[in-house]
Amino acid sequence: MIADFDYQFFIEVLVGGLLSGVMYSLVAIGFVLIYKTSGVLNFAQGALLLFAALTFVSLVERGVPFALALVVTFAIMVAIGVAIERTVLRPLTNKPPITLFMATLGLSYIIEGAAQLIWGTQVHGLDLGIEDVPLEVGGVLISQFDIFAAVVAAGMVVLLSRFFRYTRIGLAFRAVADDQFAALAVGLRLPLIWATVWAAAGLVALVAGLLWGARLGVQFSLSLVVLKALPVLVLGGFDSILGAIVGGLLIGASEKLAEVYIGDYFGGGIESWFAYVVALVFLLIRPSGLFGQKLVERV
Amino acid sequence: MTFLSTIKAAALSAAMIVSVALPAAHADEQYFPLQSYRVGPYAAGGTGFFGGFIDYLNLINIRDGGVNGVKLTWDECETQYEVERGVECYERQKSHAGAAAWNPLSVGIAYAMIDRITADKVPLITVNHGRTDSTDGRVFPYVFPLLLNPYSETSGIVNYIASKEGGIDKLKGKKIVVLYHGSPYGKETIPIYELLAQKYGFTVQQIEVPHPGNEQQSQWLTIRRAKPDFVVLRGWGVMNPVALKTAVKVGYPVDHIVGNVWSNSEEDVIPAGDAAKGYTAITTQASGNAYPVVQEIVKTVYGAGKGNLEDKARIGSVYHNLGIVNGILNVEAIRVAQEKFGHRTLTGDEVRWGFEHLKLDPAKVEALGAKDLFHSINVSWDNHEGEGYVTFQQWDGKKWNVVSDWIAPDWALLRPIIEKSAEAYAAEKGIKLRTAADADAVATN
Repeated sequence: MIADFDYQFFIEVLVGGLLSGVMYSLVAIGFVLIYKTSGVLNFAQGALLLFAALTFVSLVERGVPFALALVVTFAIMVAIGVAIERTVLRPLTNKPPITLFMATLGLSYIIEGAAQLIWGTQVHGLDLGIEDVPLEVGGVLISQFDIFAAVVAAGMVVLLSRFFRYTRIGLAFRAVADDQFAALAVGLRLPLIWATVWAAAGLVALVAGLLWGARLGVQFSLSLVVLKALPVLVLGGFDSILGAIVGGLLIGASEKLAEVYIGDYFGGGIESWFAYVVALVFLLIRPSGLFGQKLVERV
Repeated sequence: MTFLSTIKAAALSAAMIVSVALPAAHADEQYFPLQSYRVGPYAAGGTGFFGGFIDYLNLINIRDGGVNGVKLTWDECETQYEVERGVECYERQKSHAGAAAWNPLSVGIAYAMIDRITADKVPLITVNHGRTDSTDGRVFPYVFPLLLNPYSETSGIVNYIASKEGGIDKLKGKKIVVLYHGSPYGKETIPIYELLAQKYGFTVQQIEVPHPGNEQQSQWLTIRRAKPDFVVLRGWGVMNPVALKTAVKVGYPVDHIVGNVWSNSEEDVIPAGDAAKGYTAITTQASGNAYPVVQEIVKTVYGAGKGNLEDKARIGSVYHNLGIVNGILNVEAIRVAQEKFGHRTLTGDEVRWGFEHLKLDPAKVEALGAKDLFHSINVSWDNHEGEGYVTFQQWDGKKWNVVSDWIAPDWALLRPIIEKSAEAYAAEKGIKLRTAADADAVATN
């Protein structure tokens, strides 16, 4: 029986799953950035991703050069991030987390509606100039586009890690993440830090939006990719960038393997909920996720 | 003023207030309640379909002054393709007098409305979609899956694949994978593919893609391993371009993928870019703007600044042309009913009678300016689909090109299965089967 096992196919499914997982991680990183510094689970991250991709592709279709469209979209995303911090989250400071979560849930609908109002409802193709013909490595087909996405995700993790570790503002982020009141007491300007982190989340949304947009087409469904990020966050931890990457890899690989090897026993189409099963199991064993900080509260 | 005259005056005032508050059709108006969706995830399809439908109604009003002098009116209620909003729209719009027919273009909303519209006696049109057994007018008197129900679509696709292979007998020993959307819509055709596989001797493997379908790596790796001769794509929304892109990613030839009727629009292929080149899909109405009726809409409706599409480049797109064809079917049903009941505002039940006598042969279709846009329709009191023909179009990277003749599904094979399913539904719901005489009895108010 084991001799009949198609190892090449297994590796193909595994590699495909890992590369898909990287795409989930890209979305999850945007959540982590906000959660890490403000404790808010930003449900609007998917809508931001949609807005970024739609803005970029609409500008390009109107004749704006690629690089300029990228810069303009980034500027718009920063402006939106800062505006959200100023008008929605700052007035809600010190409110319970559920209030903040509900605020971002409302925001996601507003951003989705605004995106369609401004740029229309048509779907768009997005060509980033990356060939998506498969590479054959040892008989295993690997997507060139997915490899590119993995390199971008790795680059982003390195960039963000260095930023957090070696820059003054990055250190300030970490201080805020550790203890907001202590950070305030030593004179850190929380509003500036939060505005910066929302701008960074805007950048992540732009990068993820372009990669997911090139994969799915730029359309309303882009905002649904948040559903792929949630089990990744539960598994990796809401406040760990490394956790988002490892969580993405684990979720991606496990859901694909489950779909292929045990899907038929459940009638097929199990990968969407299987990811949540994995996440829930981890939640029961390790509530703060693989790399999340364990919260100890004095009562 | 006496007490009696005071009462009379009060009653008269109340009656006037009520008559103002309740929207009413004028004697020369026929109303279409449109449960449209112009925002949300499926807005691209909604704007195209309802745009085409309204463009055709406008053409009839501007060019002909309505249907035999009866002006067509409509209003739109936004559903975002959500069932609860669709039902809310129904409750809001049903009070308007003179409703001709409901056209929600949503399986979910249509299902939720069947009992309601049956009680109201107003037709529900589910062009190219809906539940297959609603074809049986004995059980579903007010539901019309015009042109194509899911089983006919399946039969049309299998017949097309057979024609590519050199005949129906050449299907024996072939392998077909059906990649379907994980929803009631996607699962509707599972039994009929199994049945056709048994009948024609091909093997079928049916693989589900969970909603919304933005990840299909594992499904396509399974397909690559299965090495099918053809893959049928029964998708919806984002699932379609992702399927085409992932097929290329795993090295499956796109020209061996055949899309169903909800995987056949520009919105399904443009996001896939070059990966969609060579992809073929079924349709009941060809795309393009060369057809006389589409040209008339451009000249008369858009020329008068009353066109519904913001982006004129979408005129003649798949959804826009489906809306136009749907407009033709609705308007012609009214015309048929008017010949029987008079040139006036009709009741919903009278319009139902019109649909049940809607017969447009190719000559009549040509006279309507729709030659080659769609083939024909032949609705009867017990066949609410109307034997629509299908054709296949291939995407060349910029536009769809028709690559087949008009193909007839195997209606004789399908009819007993449809009747069996409808009769089971009737037994479950305690519905008495309608007869031809029942169908001829029409409520005039």
